[in-house]
Amino acid sequence: MAQTQPQLEVRNISKMFGSVIALSNVSAAFYAGEVTCLLGDNGAGKSTLIKILSGVYQPTEGDYIFEGRKVLLNSPREALAMGIATVYQDLSLIPLMSVWRNFFLGSEPEKRWGPFKSYDIALARRVVRDELKKMGIVVRDTDQPVGTMSGGERQSIAISRAIYFGAKVLILDEPTAALGVKQAGMVLHYIVQAKRRGLAVIFITHNPNHAWPVGDHFIILRRGRVLGDYRKDEITQADLMNLMAGGEDLLKLQEELAMLQEQPLEMATEV
Amino acid sequence: MTLQADTTTPGADERLVQVGVVRGIFRRVEIGALIGAVAVWLLFAAVAPGNWLSVTGVARILDPASTLGIMAIAVALLMIGGEFDLSTGVMTGSAGLVAGLLSTRMGWNLWPAMGAALIFALAVGYLNGMMVTRTGLPSFIVTLATFFALRGANVGVTRLVTEQVYVGGIDKTEGFELARLVFNTGIDVFGIEFRSSIIWWVVIAVIASWVLLRTKYGSWIFATGGDANAARNVGVPATRVKITLFMTTAAAAWLVGMMNIVRLRSAVASQGIGQEFIYIIAATIGGCLLTGGYGSVIGASIGAIIFGMAQVGIVFAGWDTDWFYSFLGVMLLAAVLVNKYTRQRAQEISLAAAKARTEG
Repeated sequence: MAQTQPQLEVRNISKMFGSVIALSNVSAAFYAGEVTCLLGDNGAGKSTLIKILSGVYQPTEGDYIFEGRKVLLNSPREALAMGIATVYQDLSLIPLMSVWRNFFLGSEPEKRWGPFKSYDIALARRVVRDELKKMGIVVRDTDQPVGTMSGGERQSIAISRAIYFGAKVLILDEPTAALGVKQAGMVLHYIVQAKRRGLAVIFITHNPNHAWPVGDHFIILRRGRVLGDYRKDEITQADLMNLMAGGEDLLKLQEELAMLQEQPLEMATEV
Repeated sequence: MTLQADTTTPGADERLVQVGVVRGIFRRVEIGALIGAVAVWLLFAAVAPGNWLSVTGVARILDPASTLGIMAIAVALLMIGGEFDLSTGVMTGSAGLVAGLLSTRMGWNLWPAMGAALIFALAVGYLNGMMVTRTGLPSFIVTLATFFALRGANVGVTRLVTEQVYVGGIDKTEGFELARLVFNTGIDVFGIEFRSSIIWWVVIAVIASWVLLRTKYGSWIFATGGDANAARNVGVPATRVKITLFMTTAAAAWLVGMMNIVRLRSAVASQGIGQEFIYIIAATIGGCLLTGGYGSVIGASIGAIIFGMAQVGIVFAGWDTDWFYSFLGVMLLAAVLVNKYTRQRAQEISLAAAKARTEG
């Protein structure tokens, strides 16, 4: 661990929706130049935690600390302005629009044209090509509509856009969930690229096989609580998988399945 | 490693050029409209070559195409932004009536009367936009309501004030001559009269196309129509974009309304009814998707030319003009099919290129 101060930290965060406790006393620290994997099954509280980190929700209790200072975020735009970028599953990309228009959407470069301002398209095309190249993505044609690209390519455009617009923290919400093996591998590659460029990457997933190769630090959530918080040298891949599935539960499931296989077929169907 | 890279690069570049040219042609949004325009032109050139190929013929075609083109451009922008406006046609009538009544009955100079009509049109456009964005109702329904409300008011108010269904004598108002000169006059070219509305149309097409393709507002329009929520997530003011587009169509309707009243020297209560569909047809022939996020201003203008050619060509060919709308219907279907085909081709070529890239 190179630096002592986390880029982003939450301390004793709780979030209540009416009487439902979505998060309870969660603490986590995210460091620059590291990939922190946030793991958990469905309903573990991952989405609630990301939404707090990205400014969509405000915590009911607890502190939100960015670069050592306590902050109160009221909207995702405020988070973005501080350098906390979130890439959601739906990506915020417009399928019918070209790569460069998508990349700069909402932050278009302009040049003066008499009393008017026009879109600096040449600059946009060049920057997109260069930025994608830095991530190791070769786009032959930046005029290509984003909708014609693969899921992995779209994720990588969204990631490089966040990096280009000065993100210090990159939150990735299940970026590999809907992808095939090859495509998921491509996205993992870009996650490492983002880390090497000094970003604090928060990688949300429920797949330990995707988390293990890229993660420096693993936080496992379960039923709104932190079940475990390990650095990579403190845990093995097998332990991680066990924790993910809930350890004892998995053991029980294995026994049940083994029994089921030994039973005659008629009995099995009755069960 | 480096050797391998060197051998694959030239092959890849050749493929890029090949794909680029074919895709470049197919990817033009306007390609369907252009093919249609050429087909219709050839058809009438074969049937009625004498009139068709004359300068008079061109002037006759561009006359209806110009006012329709102005409306089709505004409607195309709105459709790209993901909305419809069915009140555009009747709005040309409403704007004319407001200006006509204020100038002939209240004794206003025609210019402030036209100014008041513009404010009225912008207010209705703003109201359309607010109702659509606030309620989340389909704009088809909201503007259908506006259409009927205006249609009724046009006749009701006109009859109440004039006891007739038209406002005459606009040519006797103060400021009329200048208004005629600005909005709709005949310009002599080689002894043939061209309407000045053609100049308005061309200027508006150039400006609208520039805004759409060369400014950030154009990107915002495409994004708002493509996926309004995704656009909002990256900071595009999608609601403001939509309201502005509704006000733009209303302003275009006002302009065409002014062109009509200075040309006819009167305002008719039934003016423009049914025209809203012609505008949508022209924009659709020009490549606009009904679902938004895709389309072209130039395409919409070509759509207007096709309309003008059909209207004039049927007369030149000596056919029964009753069949005009049937012709328009067939034209619409053909153009939409061509647009669908070319868009699919463009996507297939893009996909093939992407595949070649990941595998090669």
